[in-house]
Amino acid sequence: MADPILSIRDLHKSFGALKATDGVSIDLYPGEIHALIGPNGAGKSTLIHQICGTLRQNSGKISLVGRDISHLPVAERARLGLGRTFQISSLAGEFSALRNVMLAVQAGQGSSFRFFKPVMQDASLRDEAMAKLERVGLGGRADVPASELSHGEKRQLEIAIALALNVKAFLLDEPMAGMGPEGSKVLTGFLHSLRQEAPILLVEHDMDAVFALADRISVLVYGRVIASGTVAEIRNDPAVRQAYLGDHA
Amino acid sequence: MKRETIINLVLAALLLAVPFIAQAMGQTFTITLATRIAILALAATGLNIALGLGGLVSFGHAAFFGVGGYVAGILSAHAFSGEPMVLGFEGTRQMLIVWLVAITAAGLLGLLIGVISLRTSGVYFIMITLAFAQMVYYFAISWPAYGGEDGLSIAVRNQFPGVNSMRPLNFFLICYGVLIVGLVLSALIKASRFGAALQAVRQNEVRVASIGISPMPIRLTAFVISAMLTAVAGALFADLNRFVSPSMLSWHMSGELIVLIILGGTGRLMGPVAGAALYVILEYLLGGLTERWQFFLGLILLGTVLFARGGVIGLLAGKVRHG
Repeated sequence: MADPILSIRDLHKSFGALKATDGVSIDLYPGEIHALIGPNGAGKSTLIHQICGTLRQNSGKISLVGRDISHLPVAERARLGLGRTFQISSLAGEFSALRNVMLAVQAGQGSSFRFFKPVMQDASLRDEAMAKLERVGLGGRADVPASELSHGEKRQLEIAIALALNVKAFLLDEPMAGMGPEGSKVLTGFLHSLRQEAPILLVEHDMDAVFALADRISVLVYGRVIASGTVAEIRNDPAVRQAYLGDHA
Repeated sequence: MKRETIINLVLAALLLAVPFIAQAMGQTFTITLATRIAILALAATGLNIALGLGGLVSFGHAAFFGVGGYVAGILSAHAFSGEPMVLGFEGTRQMLIVWLVAITAAGLLGLLIGVISLRTSGVYFIMITLAFAQMVYYFAISWPAYGGEDGLSIAVRNQFPGVNSMRPLNFFLICYGVLIVGLVLSALIKASRFGAALQAVRQNEVRVASIGISPMPIRLTAFVISAMLTAVAGALFADLNRFVSPSMLSWHMSGELIVLIILGGTGRLMGPVAGAALYVILEYLLGGLTERWQFFLGLILLGTVLFARGGVIGLLAGKVRHG
């Protein structure tokens, strides 16, 4: 197998006596969708925060394309190609959807210190941003302020923003949350094609989507990865069934 | 043309027309009022870059305003006395040089204050910027070389090439010109890539970092630009009054600038102009009736915050729509 794009090695994080992340190791390989599932309180959010840099791990190592990013600030990790989407917050709620994506294109070009040229007249930003919006099916909503988009549309916008960055690995935080069954289906199809651009670490509650999309699944319980494997392996793992899927079955 | 653009142009034209009419009618005092409006508007335009675009509620911009004023006063005092300053520099009475020195001094001070203050946010940022400004204030009071508590007079207003700056209308036009330059700069910045990043940092800092734009350098740059513009206004203010005193550095001044912006419309291009005009006119009209005119200002401010968040510009032009 090729080298992993994103590699998490023996990550530990405690809050007092609570071990929120307890020796987690996960690899994300080119072209794959690796789903991270686990019951509430399993430590998924804490893990995401450490990967993208909003929380610092106690020990362990995170590398992106072979480079150690464990101690870099959030923005630096993003510049190196970590594309994270968010569950609820918008990039800039007052700005139109188009301007949100334009800001991401601008960030991708690495040039925010230009003071005089109006962005709205900057075709290199506009055209690319529009293309990304159209790709996620938001072309018709380009001029709507991000805060006025529907919940599902906000998820689409998040992905358009991620597309506009030079992403090496996607970190998608519950992209299906708040989507109706129809939207979920469309997005599932879209994520399927997205993996061609960069591998996806997918944190998701929607089990149908996870089983339909994931190449591999890691199950997180009480801060530990209790199982990792293909969809079939996870479905049949007795420990997983008991800890997690048992609730659903 | 957008409605706000029309209102902006009308406001700019009004401010320019009033002194000419006053000149024709021999009302010199009205020209001084208009000059005061232009200068305060420029100071608030500077603050508006940090406060309106960046959401940085600086309660210490009097420091930059006052530093601009003291630069004008000190340079002119040395030019008069012929006493050399540091490095044998003999001071100057040229506004252009005064402005350049004011911009540099305020920029450096802004960098220092910004680097430390911007580590905090919210109430802490307000308090720490206030604390820095008060430090500068007490320094000015206790430094006897330039008047200390009594302030420093400017015997003759500083000069502008080719213009007799002592004539009120001429001096107004200089101030108005600088204000327009400040407004154009501010409009350009707002529409630029930097402005987009700055406004996004205000709306969602964490999210902006996650697309790879570090918030701190963006904020710091905005804070420094903001300080520089406000300092030029300070230099003009000293020239208008031909006097500079520690009161220019006091927290009242910082508060006044914030009030101007809120009255006019936070983050709106001409908000500071509308706010300054309203403030100076109220000060003049109500101040003539009662010494406690600020009581009424307080009521108006309360009304603005409760019922007209967008200030004067917001009332006239409606809500902000970003493109």
